[in-house]
Amino acid sequence: MSQPGDRVYTKEHEWLRIEGSSATIGITDYAQSSLGDIVYVELPKPGAQLERSKPMGVVESVKAVSDIYAPAAGTVSEINSSVEDDPAKVNADPFGDGWLVKVTLQDPNAAAQGLLDAQAYADFVASLSH
Amino acid sequence: MSPFGGFLMPIVYSSILDEHRAVRTAAGMFDLSHMGQFVLSGDGVAGWLDELTVNEVATMKPNQARYNMFTNSRGGVHDDVILYQLPGHWLLVVNAGNTEKIWQLLTAALPPGISLFNRTLESALIAVQGPRAVEILKPLCDFDVATLRYYYAGQGTVGGIAAEVARTGYTGEDGFELFIQAGSAQALWDHLGEAGAGYGLLPAGLGARDVLRLEAGMPLYGHELSEDITPLMGGQQWAVRFDKPSFSGKEALERQRLGGAFDRIAGLVMDGKAPARAGYPVSFEGQIVGQIRSGAPAPALGGKNIATALLKRPAADVGTRLAVEIRGAQHMATVVPMPFYKRLRSGERS
Repeated sequence: MSQPGDRVYTKEHEWLRIEGSSATIGITDYAQSSLGDIVYVELPKPGAQLERSKPMGVVESVKAVSDIYAPAAGTVSEINSSVEDDPAKVNADPFGDGWLVKVTLQDPNAAAQGLLDAQAYADFVASLSH
Repeated sequence: MSPFGGFLMPIVYSSILDEHRAVRTAAGMFDLSHMGQFVLSGDGVAGWLDELTVNEVATMKPNQARYNMFTNSRGGVHDDVILYQLPGHWLLVVNAGNTEKIWQLLTAALPPGISLFNRTLESALIAVQGPRAVEILKPLCDFDVATLRYYYAGQGTVGGIAAEVARTGYTGEDGFELFIQAGSAQALWDHLGEAGAGYGLLPAGLGARDVLRLEAGMPLYGHELSEDITPLMGGQQWAVRFDKPSFSGKEALERQRLGGAFDRIAGLVMDGKAPARAGYPVSFEGQIVGQIRSGAPAPALGGKNIATALLKRPAADVGTRLAVEIRGAQHMATVVPMPFYKRLRSGERS
């Protein structure tokens, strides 16, 4: 499983792609594949304040409910309502069309701190299967 | 793989939705070797089990299978089981999570002249379920599976492997359950997989099985039946033979039936896309009236979210509008008749 190098990752399997003062958030390929068929996505409303490491939404597979944890603090500027209508998009393209929300970062310079780069996340995922 | 009843069990092989579709449109095969298998023999088995269970045992015919429940003195359910009357012995198949409990119950009360053997670890169980199950098994068997009646068993070989073959299942589809020696399980599994591939057969896990049984309105122990949820509350009153002279819990169940005001399991269809899950509170006109016991999106109903809930009486009536609390928000649902899904039998038209 290759992890895109243009973003950072959490150990809860979210990704954060920082572009200046804003960022896009999604869940990783490992997350979608572990969950299986995703049937429901609940996202925060535009304008919602996200606190780092706090639940910001939910993805549900046929059998399981999983919280999505905010990888960074910020204000939701846009949500991908197409994944609410068609949750299977998150399975099909978790790093692309299956993105979840865009945020205006509270502290753009510190947003990536403490998160994993692509290699560190790939190593972390590899360690989970042992 | 997940630990379940002392076994490592597959929840999903490929995708729950793909596995579900295979069972509804072609066939799926399930490894159910974790389920408890007890063999009983002796002249007094039927009379003894008739005292411990709600359904009739003594009237079972040779090779017949019957759904039954072991009940406590309050009418609550120790376990729901399938009992088979096979040549020379009875086979009792219990839920994996209740194997130890039912074993204790039986051994503690074992009358003289009855022998009891736990063959769970020596025996495997593979289910082949779906509209194409007959086509898949027919060429593999040395007897005619097509003429085997629903809830009856036959003995023979499947792919050369000795098996007890029962036309039973837990999916709402036609299908078979194959009881074999544990040592033959891998060979039979591989053989079925190869023979069935051309018919669309897929290996299916416990995840798909749970959705299939929920759509078919079949109870899952610990959810729709429990030590506190009686057969009447769980909607399984059809299996309770009040005309039996006595059985464990009979007085309590008769009182419950006459009183009428007991909580019961109802079927719910959610208006919206948020799945209802076990444990979510259910309210009617602002008052909490019960709790979700099982819930999942139902592919057979176009992905609508279905659920069972244990509800106070008036709220359980068909047509009642209820609110399910999901993460603090109220989501509306309607009480509907169960089962949610019923297969078309031959001769019926859609």
